[in-house]
Amino acid sequence: MEFLRPAGWDEALAAKAECPTALPISGGTDVMVEINFDVHRPAALLDLNRVTELAEWTIEDGVVRLGAAVPYARIIEELSGPLPGLALAAHTVGSPQIRNRGTVGGNLGAASPAGDSHPPLLAAGRDVAVEVASRARGTRLIPIDDFYLGVKRNALAPDELIRRVHVPVADGPQQFSKIGTRNAMVIAVAAFGLALHPRNRTVGTGIGSAAPTPRRAVEAEEYLRGVLEEQRLWESGAPLGSEVVQRFGELVRAAAAPIDDVRGTADYRRHTLSVMARRTLTWCWNDYGKQIRSAA
Amino acid sequence: MSTRTIQDQKNLRKLNQASRHGIGASPLRPDGTLKVKGEFAYSSDLWHEDMLWGMALRSPHPRATILSVDVSEALKTPGVHAVLTHEDIPGSKFYGLEIADQPALAIDKVRYHGEAIAIVAADHPETARRAVRKIKVEYRVLTPITTEEQCLHPETYGYVHEPQEYKSHAHGNICHEQRLVCGLGVTDEVRAMADVIVRGEYEVGMQDQAFLGPESGLAVPAEDGGVDLYVATQWLHVDRQQIAPVLGLPEEKVRLTLAGVGGAFGGREDLSMQIHACLLALRTGRPVKIVYSRDESFFGHVHRHPARLTYEHGATRDGKLVYSDARIVLDGGAYASASPAVVGNAASLGNGPYVIPNVRMHALALYSNNPSCGAMRGFGAVQAAFGYESQMDKLAAALDMDPVEFRRLNAMAEGDLMPTGQRIDAPAPVAELLRRVKDMPLPPPLDPTDPDIRTLPGARSNTSHGEGIVRGVGYSVGIKNVGFSEGFDDYSTARVRLEVIGGEPVAMVHTAMAEVGQGGITVHAQIARTELGVEQVTIHPANTEIGSAGSTSASRQTYMTGGAVKLAAEAVKQELIARGRRRYGWTQHDIELADGKVVSRSAGVLVPMVELLGDGAIELTREHHHRPTQPFDPQTGQGFGHVQYSFCANRAVVDVDVELGLVKVVELTAVQDVGKALNPLAVIGQIQGGCTQALGLAVMEEIIIRDGEVRNASFTDYLIPTILDTPPIPVEILELPDPNAPYGLRGVGEAPTVSATPSIVAAIRQATGIALNRIPVRPEHLTGTL
Ligand SMILES: Cc1cc2nc3c(=O)[nH]c(=O)nc-3n(C[C@H](O)[C@H](O)[C@H](O)COP(=O)(O)OP(=O)(O)OC[C@H]3O[C@@H](n4cnc5c(N)ncnc54)[C@H](O)[C@@H]3O)c2cc1C
Repeated sequence: MEFLRPAGWDEALAAKAECPTALPISGGTDVMVEINFDVHRPAALLDLNRVTELAEWTIEDGVVRLGAAVPYARIIEELSGPLPGLALAAHTVGSPQIRNRGTVGGNLGAASPAGDSHPPLLAAGRDVAVEVASRARGTRLIPIDDFYLGVKRNALAPDELIRRVHVPVADGPQQFSKIGTRNAMVIAVAAFGLALHPRNRTVGTGIGSAAPTPRRAVEAEEYLRGVLEEQRLWESGAPLGSEVVQRFGELVRAAAAPIDDVRGTADYRRHTLSVMARRTLTWCWNDYGKQIRSAA
Repeated sequence: MSTRTIQDQKNLRKLNQASRHGIGASPLRPDGTLKVKGEFAYSSDLWHEDMLWGMALRSPHPRATILSVDVSEALKTPGVHAVLTHEDIPGSKFYGLEIADQPALAIDKVRYHGEAIAIVAADHPETARRAVRKIKVEYRVLTPITTEEQCLHPETYGYVHEPQEYKSHAHGNICHEQRLVCGLGVTDEVRAMADVIVRGEYEVGMQDQAFLGPESGLAVPAEDGGVDLYVATQWLHVDRQQIAPVLGLPEEKVRLTLAGVGGAFGGREDLSMQIHACLLALRTGRPVKIVYSRDESFFGHVHRHPARLTYEHGATRDGKLVYSDARIVLDGGAYASASPAVVGNAASLGNGPYVIPNVRMHALALYSNNPSCGAMRGFGAVQAAFGYESQMDKLAAALDMDPVEFRRLNAMAEGDLMPTGQRIDAPAPVAELLRRVKDMPLPPPLDPTDPDIRTLPGARSNTSHGEGIVRGVGYSVGIKNVGFSEGFDDYSTARVRLEVIGGEPVAMVHTAMAEVGQGGITVHAQIARTELGVEQVTIHPANTEIGSAGSTSASRQTYMTGGAVKLAAEAVKQELIARGRRRYGWTQHDIELADGKVVSRSAGVLVPMVELLGDGAIELTREHHHRPTQPFDPQTGQGFGHVQYSFCANRAVVDVDVELGLVKVVELTAVQDVGKALNPLAVIGQIQGGCTQALGLAVMEEIIIRDGEVRNASFTDYLIPTILDTPPIPVEILELPDPNAPYGLRGVGEAPTVSATPSIVAAIRQATGIALNRIPVRPEHLTGTL
């Protein structure tokens, strides 16, 4: 197996162009497991750890540009303010060791339906985009809604690498919940991300581990957006009716298409999604209400 | 009676000062810091110049006929030095712990998912792996025999071992069974004596030992045609006993040395890679190393028997047990392993630490095409305890009695009879343990206004900020036998040498005891210090140059090999004193060894040991046998079957998110009688570790099998408790000496594993009101989404 070690981004793109079958490795927390388990033996590994640009983030025009190789530990440490949903999700990833190595770029690269970055990225809004590049065609932005194609399949072309993710700075409360049968270090049985976007008066959701790809609960988003609009709740911040919370939970549940597997039954997954949806909505809305009242 | 409550470091330090580093103190383990720092050399770290890597081809099918095996492509792979099948085995083709029913490599059929068919040696693990893939096996796949119903109807569903293939007294697909009747048994008249009757059916899933150090070892061919094997195991001599016949070698040509063991819990009692590495080494003339990958490890060792248990209990209105009627069906999987002993324990201990005048019990282990099951911490007793303790709670509820008081009312005590007719002739403080565990302070209630989410079910997964959380409390008590039972003369050997090194008296202790993390070597040094009055003790590597130390299992090693070290050290001491008497004509009768000197209580220091020893080392070997036991009568289960009993009581406090079915064990208290705590810190470690493993069985640990196929052979999906799942475990230790045991000690390691699981399930039942009859309890059970 060849081991390619580009020293910078351009070199990395060149290496990927020359050897499209080279498997990028960032934190290695997915790649090394697969190699150890002998799932596959790539012809070459393309080590991105010397590409320092990938480990940086900036905020420009209210958008976080999160380098593909910023590890979860730093997201928790440095970005809990602008990206609260993603930071909550980062807290739930693996163990301290995994959070020190694992990255959002790697999570997107693996595109597992159980990846914990996905629900908060989906919830963060339709403007979220994955910036990818190839030497041949340069840079392009893939909207997050177009990124996940199937189980462990994403929209990356063979000669492309993920550069960073563009995520708008949170303009309202965000939450993330994840179900696992133990209290740490667990792959999600189901996960849910929720974000309120008071600025454009939308609601974002993301479902994890309950369909072949991460996905939104579109009807739930639309339903809640409608209720908030009609009842002028964005302005008042008044408590949500329990029937609204209930209905939201049901719609989130209905958006899932889970399977039975060793980690949990499809029924259980659906059930927990409705509970997580209700709880996260309650938490987000309580926070939002507090903000409105304290601003008034 | 002396008791100690050891809940914090400060108390421990106080205890340590009691005596320096002898028994009763808590010197630290020599391997502890190395393990924490990642510097300990495990068997998987073994290395030899010129060594080859061995690897096995395993069956993807739980039941199939092998039509052909073609190794030619594999053999042609450059770097491959040997590919062997059963046809290449020079000696006996079968081995087994109790019954030699397992082929070293599959012969014409496979009986479980993962059974080894062929082995490869190559100069690189990658090459070996590729070569394994090139072995072509043609199978005729058969429907696996996996359920109790299928196993018990071989005419319809077939035999796991054809009748002519049996190596035991087995019949049908029953590997071993034990019946037991005491008092009047269970008849209509007996039932009529009970005012309250409760019945229950319970199920225990297949738990794994989940040790972290995968099976591994290194076989080095020797010039004499024999082989030296360095391996992580639980019992060197019984490994050798099984390996040598397969290699066609006399035992003395198969020499074993213990390599660094990364946990065992019963999973290393059976052979794994031993025979394969030796076969390859002898064939190639090169050292051969085998290290299982994590998934292979799940196929490479036996697991805890899954069980189905049916209990019926009757009691009088005032809360006295009248009878128990039980049937325990254990799934032993494809090969016998330790199934007979597991059945013996289930039958003899399956009524718990209670006085029950009338008992009928039938315990059996089945052969099936599921993975083989055998030894795991507390075997037989663990499965049964979930059944009988669930029943005790049910009875207490039916009688409207407090569950602890109900248990106390029926608790056995010294002098009582076991259902086997064995009189308990050592302390059995069951009622006392229960009283104490109940009296321990409860943790503070959850603060619903501002909970720390790390302490809630789900923790950092952020599933609850206090919503849906209900607290529950549950109690249980259990019984476990210590040592090997049913007439087995289970002895240990120790050699102790006392000599002067660098101007100091130094003791050397040599045994074949497998240190698997239990702290045996620490305790051996403590015993030598106490008996010989020296500070410096070295522990010789464990190997087969010395006689057997028996297995590191059944909570027996401190009792048995510790006892042997004590005997040998005492003999050395007597020899030294005798030497002094000869040399100096001492007449005192109160001569002791202390602080490196020979002292007389009346006359003071007689001579420094260094002077008396001079150049003449003293070295003596002793065997320690426990008192004899008897086999159980197959029909009545009567017999003086067990060496010693140990008891532990637990209280579990849990928080359950009743909407999501997530559980957080908040606290798990243990009170245990240990006879004498030779090393209190190690004792607490054993009790806390045992409780944690029991917690795993209660709420998460299960090998999931469908139609004989293992579905979760990884630590991604076989979940064991993390530190966030492991609550504070306050431990109270009682020290009621057992007059039959060295220092009065009682085996410690298994009793908490037996008793803690039911307390957790009881607590979850209390929180949810759901009648849970299967472990591990899954969120689906608690949310009705199975
Ligand atoms: C013990 C353990 C626990 C875990 N727990 C969790 C968990 O709780 N939640 C969770 O979501 N995941 C978990 N994981 C999986 C893993 O940690 C995450 O998916 C992590 O985000 C992967 O990041 P990485 O940088 O290590 O990726 P790598 O392993 O380096 O790469 C993963 C994939 O992404 C590709 N890739 C990486 N960087 C790029 C790039 N810049 N451009 C294109 N492709 C790229 C790689 O080629 C590979 O296909 C766990 C893993 C382990 C070993």
